[in-house]
Amino acid sequence: MTLPADTDPKLAAYAHPERLVTTQWLEERLGTDGLVVLECNEDVLLYHTGHIPGARKLDWHIDLNDEVTRDYIDAAGFAAMCAARGIGRDTTVVIYGDNFNWWAAYALWVFSLFGHPDVRLLDGGRAAWAAEGREMTTDEPAVAPADYPVVERDDSGIRAFKEDVLAHIGRGPLVDVRSPGEFTGELLHMPDYPQEGVQRGGHVPTASSVPWKRAANEDGTFKTADELRAIYADEVGLEPADDVVTYCRIGERSSHTWFVLTHLLGFEHVRNYDGSWVEWGNAVRVPIEKP
Amino acid sequence: MDRALPPGLQAIVDEFAECDRTERLDLLLEYANGLPPLPERLAGQELERVHECQTPLFVQAEVDAEGRVRLFFAAPDEAPTSKGFAGIIHAGLDGASVDAVLATPSEFAMGMGLAEVVSPLRMRSTGAILARIKRQLVERAPGAAS
Repeated sequence: MTLPADTDPKLAAYAHPERLVTTQWLEERLGTDGLVVLECNEDVLLYHTGHIPGARKLDWHIDLNDEVTRDYIDAAGFAAMCAARGIGRDTTVVIYGDNFNWWAAYALWVFSLFGHPDVRLLDGGRAAWAAEGREMTTDEPAVAPADYPVVERDDSGIRAFKEDVLAHIGRGPLVDVRSPGEFTGELLHMPDYPQEGVQRGGHVPTASSVPWKRAANEDGTFKTADELRAIYADEVGLEPADDVVTYCRIGERSSHTWFVLTHLLGFEHVRNYDGSWVEWGNAVRVPIEKP
Repeated sequence: MDRALPPGLQAIVDEFAECDRTERLDLLLEYANGLPPLPERLAGQELERVHECQTPLFVQAEVDAEGRVRLFFAAPDEAPTSKGFAGIIHAGLDGASVDAVLATPSEFAMGMGLAEVVSPLRMRSTGAILARIKRQLVERAPGAAS
């Protein structure tokens, strides 16, 4: 049995309020049967310095990606990963993390590739929980393994590959969520990160620049439905029926925007290009636009 | 590795290698917590950033009057992994001779078994921290060019 949705008024204005929970809602339900909380961070040790009581650790590097091929884990791997964390197919999974929920959103998107029915984000993530002075602990929960069925990953609906992006140019909106310097090609990585690893700078032709952070408040929570519509609909001109592809550098920041468009604004055809600029900027003979 | 590590650093590498996966993370956290704070004289200064680390880390390498290497790091508490790497390098190399630090192979951390718990990508930062320390030492050495 999944848990009822959070009825907070801010969330109610989103297209799919059942995909997001507030810190208050989560605190009141910690320990409830059928709920598993996962922490997914950029920093692999952060969980061990303190986490929401009962939360289990999920590492995007190690737990979600195949060790050899640049791809996600397969159906058996996903089932084993969930089972080890006490997650069944009917479990309500709430994910939160550091850095504006980048990796939490990425993990939620990977859960969605496997069609996990009820997976939600904690609005504001780790920073909001900590800033509100809510309890954190270094105790790691004893987890009783659950049964999780082996369900094939379905990349067709919400994942775009390089070939899909090539075919998409001129046919539908592309949203580049990187920083302005990365979009123009002045930077090959996020500001303050190493400028290496990519051969070419710029963006996919026809892409609009909408940095992911525009969707977030400084405290890590999402902007309101009206504020988000003002950006993505009124300013950028996207419509809920559009076939949209989002990308960034390796797919985590664009998972954040994918979540905003899909679950907060109700767009029905948004795909995340997880190969993103690390693939595009290194690929031979793909078109690149540079101002 | 064909070059020997300074004994202090070798002891840490062995300590990690003998742990199981869970213990390795705990140990890394201990090194993060054991990293000495930046001395006051360096607090307001702009230190070299180790850009290869995924989270902020700053390093300064100096040589004291006895010719020993002194290492100083700054990292926020929200970045425990980078702090842990810095803690290992501090515990293993602070006080060593300049020659010993310069001779330490950049891939020293390969034998620690950390790659399987923090992912190989994140392990690159240990070599990057050491490379920046070595460069600073060479630049600060008496008689160094420029």
